[in-house]
Amino acid sequence: MSATDTPVSLPTPDTAQRSPWGEVLHSLLRSGTFLTGLAIVVFWIVCALFGQHFVPYDPLASDIIDALTPPAANHWFGTDQLGRDVFSRVIVGSRDILTVAPLATILATIAGTALGLVIGYFRGIVDDIVSRVLEAFMAIPVVIIALLAIVALGTSKITVIVVIGLSFAPIIARTVRSAVLAERELDYVAAAKLRHEGALHTMFVEILPNVIPPILVETTVRLGYAIFAVATLSFMGFGIQPPSPDWGLSISSNYGMIGGGFWWTVLFDALAIASLVIGVNLVADGVHGAFND
Amino acid sequence: MSLVTLFLLSVMVFLGGQVLPGNVGRAILGPFADQRAVDALNHSLGVDRPLLVQYGSWIWNFLHGDMGTSYVFRAPVAPFVVDALGNSMKLALVAFVLVVPIGILGGVIAALNFNRPLDRIISLGGLSVTVLPEFVTGIILILIFGVWLRWLPIAAAWPKGAGFFTQLYYLILPSLPLFLVLFGYIARMARSGMIEALDSDYTRTAVLKGLPWRTVIWRHVLRNALLPTITVIATQTGYLIGGLVVIETLFRYQGIGSLIFTAARGKDFPMLEAGILTIGIVYAVATLVADFLYSVLNPRIRLGAEQ
Repeated sequence: MSATDTPVSLPTPDTAQRSPWGEVLHSLLRSGTFLTGLAIVVFWIVCALFGQHFVPYDPLASDIIDALTPPAANHWFGTDQLGRDVFSRVIVGSRDILTVAPLATILATIAGTALGLVIGYFRGIVDDIVSRVLEAFMAIPVVIIALLAIVALGTSKITVIVVIGLSFAPIIARTVRSAVLAERELDYVAAAKLRHEGALHTMFVEILPNVIPPILVETTVRLGYAIFAVATLSFMGFGIQPPSPDWGLSISSNYGMIGGGFWWTVLFDALAIASLVIGVNLVADGVHGAFND
Repeated sequence: MSLVTLFLLSVMVFLGGQVLPGNVGRAILGPFADQRAVDALNHSLGVDRPLLVQYGSWIWNFLHGDMGTSYVFRAPVAPFVVDALGNSMKLALVAFVLVVPIGILGGVIAALNFNRPLDRIISLGGLSVTVLPEFVTGIILILIFGVWLRWLPIAAAWPKGAGFFTQLYYLILPSLPLFLVLFGYIARMARSGMIEALDSDYTRTAVLKGLPWRTVIWRHVLRNALLPTITVIATQTGYLIGGLVVIETLFRYQGIGSLIFTAARGKDFPMLEAGILTIGIVYAVATLVADFLYSVLNPRIRLGAEQ
């Protein structure tokens, strides 16, 4: 088929015309929600990558004599029960959650996309059975699934990534499935079939690029929930393990004493989690808006 | 549908609790125990039988009220689970009684002030608190109301024999994080249902035929707007239960969530399995009740089924 048969795809001379992706980027950069969220997320990424070089103290170094001192000039956020500097720990504490949560999200996206493409493309009995199972699966709270799996398999970062990744995969699969159901009726899919392209080629080469927008939106939303889940699991002792300065973990080891008024040992970690979760959700909201305008 | 979920959950619980941990006898007796002792224990626990037989007898016993014997307490699991479930119900009930009317009210107010500052505040505020993990809002609320203001107790452990109001007083703080997580969802659903109903032809007709605004809202808009909200409230039971595990741990409350948590920590598999399966049953029942309520409130479905 020669290019002249498809005049639609010819580049238009109008220079003001942007590509669809340029359009999305343009509206992202004009969205206050997105930029605010991005600033927060980038701040924590920088802390995760370079934090240990600029924090005033070693986040793991304990100093029992200086334990539980309230915030002061030499310890901005005070010290915890082992005399570790809370400010340094909060800054460096973003590292593990920002490794585990994105990896879990990526795993969920890959598994969910593959599954969604297959059930959306073949429909019929495969779709019926798999969809019912996925719905049933989604009804179970992630914390419960994670607790069960981690107790059975033992705690490690890999387990947490796999468990959260697999429990989020059905949600992404559902999104991809409904996008594929709409796409598979379009002419370009019929054309691929007429060319005798295999099912795999049609799914991954023809349809996949056209369902990227909903996948991207769902992935950013899932990232927020992945951070939620990792933080919660770490708080419960089933996620990131000591001696990591992880936020959820720090809260779990210090909250027993807040009745004694040692608020600084947990407040800053809680605020850090809150800011990261809200930041990611603002980004997700911006991405959603950019694709749906 | 709920039955499929329950079945799947039971298989997962069974796999997680009885198959994946490997040799149960070895796990209980430790690495240095005599192999014959391990075999004997495995035999008495019944874990040396084929998997299908084990699963079948486990479910059969569970349905007859025998939830197994706790590895840790060496006592039947059922009384622990029943007590804990009762406590959790109290906590969940307080959260629900607070959040359903306030969430709906928030959504309705937001919709009636569509795109005005009040709408923005309710929508954005609701969304922000909804995305936060329960233990994070819990910690912040404990600091504000328990540590700084000293208005509310920070642990949900009331003195023995406390009356209804004392118990309620102890349950307010733990129910607040659950309230916040649910508030955003319920308010958002109520808001979008309201906006859709306000925009509809029947509302316009009602206004144009001269009905007072109050009557339009009560009789025409609300009745249609709140149907989807009811479905959401039911699906939120799942999240509520997930939240209970965390909140009960944070507030040291003896509910089903902390039972699961403690059992998970102590590798007390029969207790863990019973706890999780019980939660699954509660969830399935809640979904059924919601379906029923929905059809009672929505004559269109009821009539459709009769035809």
